[in-house]
Amino acid sequence: MTLRMKTKLTVVTALTALLLSGTAFADTTLTFLVDNNADSVAAAEALATAYSEKNPEVTVEVEQRPGGGEGDNIVKTRLATGEMTDVFLYNSGSLLQALKPETSLLDLSDLPSQAKVADGFKSVVSTDGKVYGIPYGTTMAGGIFYNKKIYSELGLTPPKTWAEFMANNDKIKAAGKVAVAQTYRDTWTSQLFVLADYYNLQAQAPNFAADYTANKAKYSTTPAAVKGFERLQEVHDKGLLNEDFGAGTYDDGLRMVATGEAAHYPMLSFAIGALKQNHPDEMADVGFFAQPGDDAANNGLTVWMPPAVYIPRTTANVEEAKKFADFVGSVDGCKAIMAVNTVQGPPLIDGCDLPPDVPAAITDMLPYFKDGKTAPALEFLSPIKGPALEQITVEVGSGMRPAAEAAALYDEDVRKQAKQLGIPNW
Amino acid sequence: MFFLLPTATSFWYSLTRWDLMTAEFIGLENFHQFFSEPFLVQGLINTLIYAAMTSGLKTIFGLLLAVLLTSNLIARGFLRTVVFFPVLVSTIGIGITFTVMMHPTRGIINVALEAIGIDGPGWLTDPALALFSVALVDLWKGVGLATLIFIAGLAAISPDYYEASRIDGATRMQQFRRITLPLVQPATITVITLSLIGGLRSFDLIWAMTRGGPGFSSDVVASVIYKQYQAGFYGLSTAGNVILFGLIAVIMVPLTFMFNRREIEQ
Repeated sequence: MTLRMKTKLTVVTALTALLLSGTAFADTTLTFLVDNNADSVAAAEALATAYSEKNPEVTVEVEQRPGGGEGDNIVKTRLATGEMTDVFLYNSGSLLQALKPETSLLDLSDLPSQAKVADGFKSVVSTDGKVYGIPYGTTMAGGIFYNKKIYSELGLTPPKTWAEFMANNDKIKAAGKVAVAQTYRDTWTSQLFVLADYYNLQAQAPNFAADYTANKAKYSTTPAAVKGFERLQEVHDKGLLNEDFGAGTYDDGLRMVATGEAAHYPMLSFAIGALKQNHPDEMADVGFFAQPGDDAANNGLTVWMPPAVYIPRTTANVEEAKKFADFVGSVDGCKAIMAVNTVQGPPLIDGCDLPPDVPAAITDMLPYFKDGKTAPALEFLSPIKGPALEQITVEVGSGMRPAAEAAALYDEDVRKQAKQLGIPNW
Repeated sequence: MFFLLPTATSFWYSLTRWDLMTAEFIGLENFHQFFSEPFLVQGLINTLIYAAMTSGLKTIFGLLLAVLLTSNLIARGFLRTVVFFPVLVSTIGIGITFTVMMHPTRGIINVALEAIGIDGPGWLTDPALALFSVALVDLWKGVGLATLIFIAGLAAISPDYYEASRIDGATRMQQFRRITLPLVQPATITVITLSLIGGLRSFDLIWAMTRGGPGFSSDVVASVIYKQYQAGFYGLSTAGNVILFGLIAVIMVPLTFMFNRREIEQ
């Protein structure tokens, strides 16, 4: 082949490519990877439909992946191999940091919709002042679901301190009912008493998150941090749990607190979605309060941020993907999600108000936000969360290991995580 | 090439801090970390208990069933199928089924026990019991394969020996001890070797039934490794696999050597 022919061929190829991409631009397909949780998928489908109605030339194709650790691996592998979809959904906070956003994701700080996104959320999807994500859903909270029927039958009021909580539990037990539901077949559910205690921990040790990340503060040597483990141990030792706590599942826990088999179930507020689906008739019986601490005057809520939508650097449709992400962060996008998802807490986008018929458990949550009595969970303030916490809390909650020893063991687990992440000072 | 290259690569990654995208060389740090894993020692002990228990039980029950199923029994072919059937079913499926059956209050096993007045234990929720419950399910699942191997071994023994010993007035028990046991030895060695290797690296059944729990009480080396992988510690879990590979080699090589020598001596 002569040089000339080669040049000609190159030109033809380039022209064809241009033509093809031209038509592709007129009719783009964006791929969007979400976890297979029913709520995530429903919201993604709703967003895709709403977006295509406004932009008929764009089709958004929703792909699903498993959740949990398996999903983490899929996201990491696809990012590493350049196989990631144009837009994807993933956790905010410390899990996002593990994706190394500065090298793998596009900076979304300049999207117009960011102006209305709450600053509290931006802080958990940023590194070095650059914002990488758009919120997907509302705020969540960690605390204790309770059965309002049992409370009114026994004349109890939602507790403001841990002592009041335990007093309520004693009365519930004396009435022959299960005071606290625990479900260790799904090990992750065992962590709530420790994780949702973070508001109380930071109230007593304001620098804990920073010191903990810098290897200066430990769970076992910070009395306020051991409290979470001690509380978990206390509910077990006092015999307040359901008989089959070792084999119970997350769904069992929700059933127990909804139907009044148990009075309390510590859980994240995302459970409201599953509650609504599985127990629509009992929604009015389920209330929610923050995990109480020692100080009645400072009774506050530990808050979780929703996942976010990100764009990988490897996408071929940068502009279209950004426009779609911008739509997700708009009031219209937020309303599209709210129309199909159960609201789990206050929204994060200014102008996107809660619908009037929110469940009782959400109404119970709002005063904490109004009074500013909230704190983000530790996993949003520090990249370090030991992977074995759920096994350790199962041990504490089953009476197999005392709280102090468990806190020390967890410190070991945390050390491993920090070293694997290559965090300085460890 | 296809076998050696990935193996060599995994040795390399075991020396790094690896997040699938970048790998930073950190020397033997991963091995040090893996050995200081608080539950590794218990995981090792559990692995040995589990392997010895499943292997031993499969050998004993496999041989007994094989003797039974080679005798003149009604519906022998059908019974052979029944014993072998669990081998064909997916391990995860079996794990989930037995988990439901072993539920402490609602599971069929404890409901049945309660009907005859026995207060059944928490098969999978009692930390002292969980590993043994899983081992029993493993026996139920795997004994069919051992039986099959033994049946083949028994079929290879010439009936002349039994004939001759019967004329000499040997009892059934004597025949079993003096003829069957020694002559079926090649099959015994195969069964022990296979089930021991299977037990040492067993993971799927344990993961489906207890996930190493409650707490860490039924963790084996393979589940400790898997949890590192799940947490995103890819280098560390690769180091764990290298160690597991070494452990199996250390146990199996001398054992195979010993078995081979005994076989030659005969």
